[in-house]
Amino acid sequence: MKINRQDAKLSLAHLYIAFGAILFAGFLGLLQTLVRSETITLPASINYYQILTAHGVLMALVFTTFFIFGFMHAGVVRTSGAFTDKQRKAGWIGFWLMTIGMVLAVIMIMFNEATVLYTFYAPLQANPIFYIGLALIIIGTYFASFSIISRYRLWRKEHPDEKSPLLSYMAVATLILWLIATLGVVAAVVLQFLPWSFGWIDTINVTLTRTLFWYFGHPLVYFWLLPAYMAWYVIVPKVIGGKIFSDQLARFAFVLFILFSIPVGFHHQLLESGIGEGWKFFQVILTFAVILPSLMTAFAMFSTFEIAGRQKGGKGLFGWFKKLPWGDVRFLAPFLGMLIFIPAGAGGIINASHQLNQMIHNTVWVTGHFHITAGGTVAVTFFGISYWLLPHLKGRKLTKMMNKLGIYQVVLWAVGMGIMSSAMHISGLSGNPRRTQVTSYGGHEVASSWGAYEMAHAVGGTLLMISLILYAIVLINLAFFAPKGQEEFPIAAELNPSQKTPGWLENWKLWVGIVFALIFIAYTLPIMDLINNSPPGSSGFKYW
Amino acid sequence: MLHMHKYEKIWMIIGIITLVSFLTIVGVQAFSQTGDHAHHGAPSDKTLIDPEKVSETAPFDEPGLKQIGENEYELVMILQSYGFTPGDIEIPQGATVHIKATSIDVVHGFEIAGTSANMMVTPGHVNTMTYTFEEKGSYLILCNEYCGTGHHFMSTNLEVI
Repeated sequence: MKINRQDAKLSLAHLYIAFGAILFAGFLGLLQTLVRSETITLPASINYYQILTAHGVLMALVFTTFFIFGFMHAGVVRTSGAFTDKQRKAGWIGFWLMTIGMVLAVIMIMFNEATVLYTFYAPLQANPIFYIGLALIIIGTYFASFSIISRYRLWRKEHPDEKSPLLSYMAVATLILWLIATLGVVAAVVLQFLPWSFGWIDTINVTLTRTLFWYFGHPLVYFWLLPAYMAWYVIVPKVIGGKIFSDQLARFAFVLFILFSIPVGFHHQLLESGIGEGWKFFQVILTFAVILPSLMTAFAMFSTFEIAGRQKGGKGLFGWFKKLPWGDVRFLAPFLGMLIFIPAGAGGIINASHQLNQMIHNTVWVTGHFHITAGGTVAVTFFGISYWLLPHLKGRKLTKMMNKLGIYQVVLWAVGMGIMSSAMHISGLSGNPRRTQVTSYGGHEVASSWGAYEMAHAVGGTLLMISLILYAIVLINLAFFAPKGQEEFPIAAELNPSQKTPGWLENWKLWVGIVFALIFIAYTLPIMDLINNSPPGSSGFKYW
Repeated sequence: MLHMHKYEKIWMIIGIITLVSFLTIVGVQAFSQTGDHAHHGAPSDKTLIDPEKVSETAPFDEPGLKQIGENEYELVMILQSYGFTPGDIEIPQGATVHIKATSIDVVHGFEIAGTSANMMVTPGHVNTMTYTFEEKGSYLILCNEYCGTGHHFMSTNLEVI
């Protein structure tokens, strides 16, 4: 089955922006490693924190969001059918709002009006246009979400007694998570940052804005991760010639992600004053609960691999492992993503643990952590998706040659990220801070060991840049030069199609109700406390 | 109901037991009080302060190191872009130090590199933590939250003698 031309265009528009963003932001990332290792100095007109802001915004907000909507639009059309005219129109409105928002934010960063990093912590105050840009990106996603959710509802109306296609179900679950999560950052931007940066209010409640940001910031990382899980659950089994291990457990895992990824933001604020220890620990417990769906996912993946490998004649305890299609980048890339997620997930448990967090909070360990989660697991899975999605949408084929280059690209990426992130994790343990231009500290002996690790960042960063150049070559080939044909959009079938998937899994009102109840319990009292017992607010500072 | 493979059930049960025991250890360590100053919880001071009147508000009107007991000190610190007041601190070996810090401008991080002394310092709030310096040597205090283009200069030395 092929995606119609009009919907393919919508999806492609998102993907092109995503590809542009990762290439440019990747180059900025390389510059950062070179500056920090004191290999180069930037020209006086550019400052390190400015390119760090651009890197964060373009990677964490632009690359991810555009790629995810490009992929989910295509996935919903592939599994639920073409968009109606109204849905497609909403998709385009969403695309343009997001694009305009991105351009505004990037222009402000370029003009050095918004060197506040992508977390834009108050009371550092950017130009109001920067916040408007961020708001437009989020409003754009609401239109895009409307297209997808509305297409899913239409499918269910057309097929009253059937369960929805798994990929569409997962896209809707991801969007429910996203919509609820963005409420926090929208409230912070609309009620605090915008009026404050325009000068309509004099001061801002710093800890409240940080709390609203992290209410959004943690589910944001699951918004990145869940589309990768979609590919693992639905696409990878087909690529390896296997089946989906369990449709109902896959759906249940996604529901658990909705429940446990939102009321947990305090684990980013464990060392912060103004929030009670009890509330912090309560959210730490909920944070740990999110490990359960990840354990389920790990089991489902390896079961799928084993069953497929044995069907292909793999014998003995691990014989099936050799039967997997290691030479196929559509499999190898997401597999590397899964492999990376094992240490990445373990690091996450460390970060969320009260006392362990004390050692690594705001050190470069944390940078290492999200470079192997978002930059490793998520990015490498997205690379794998793009290798079949781009030619599918363009009516071309992934050739043997491009597949081979793709393998070099993802392996190089994994090695580069491995070197860089390992060095970050290790020197973070001895206190090397994150978000810092240089760390010589006047030759202080404690900081003396950090230089060598920063050289390793630069080595890793260089490999990552080479990988991105390779990626660009393959993408350009797949989009414009690869032979015309029909590249498959792989969707796996279920292992046990006769197994019924309970209807309550699709009862969204129930899950949304439970997640709001959890949010209410975890956040109401501490937020009321931050508002009722707030210190005198802060005026804005422009320290750049 | 949901059907779960037998092995998956075992896998999940092992996972849940591990999680619960891990959380129990984390929780007990965070909240148990043994001895005088064995607080291992996260720094969560709820004292408020006007960020524009820090230098007029006690104890920040007299920042510095004060002895409050036998080998026990209070270190009152003001953070601002890009420095710590006081800087270049000397502390006797084995001293227990109660650190009290606040910011007069943006968000800063107070970190003694390579130790568990680490906390956020947000304007409008006072944050506190206690640390005992068992070993002699030069310690590096640095700011670990971006606070402007001079952020990487924000550090000072702490000497345990």
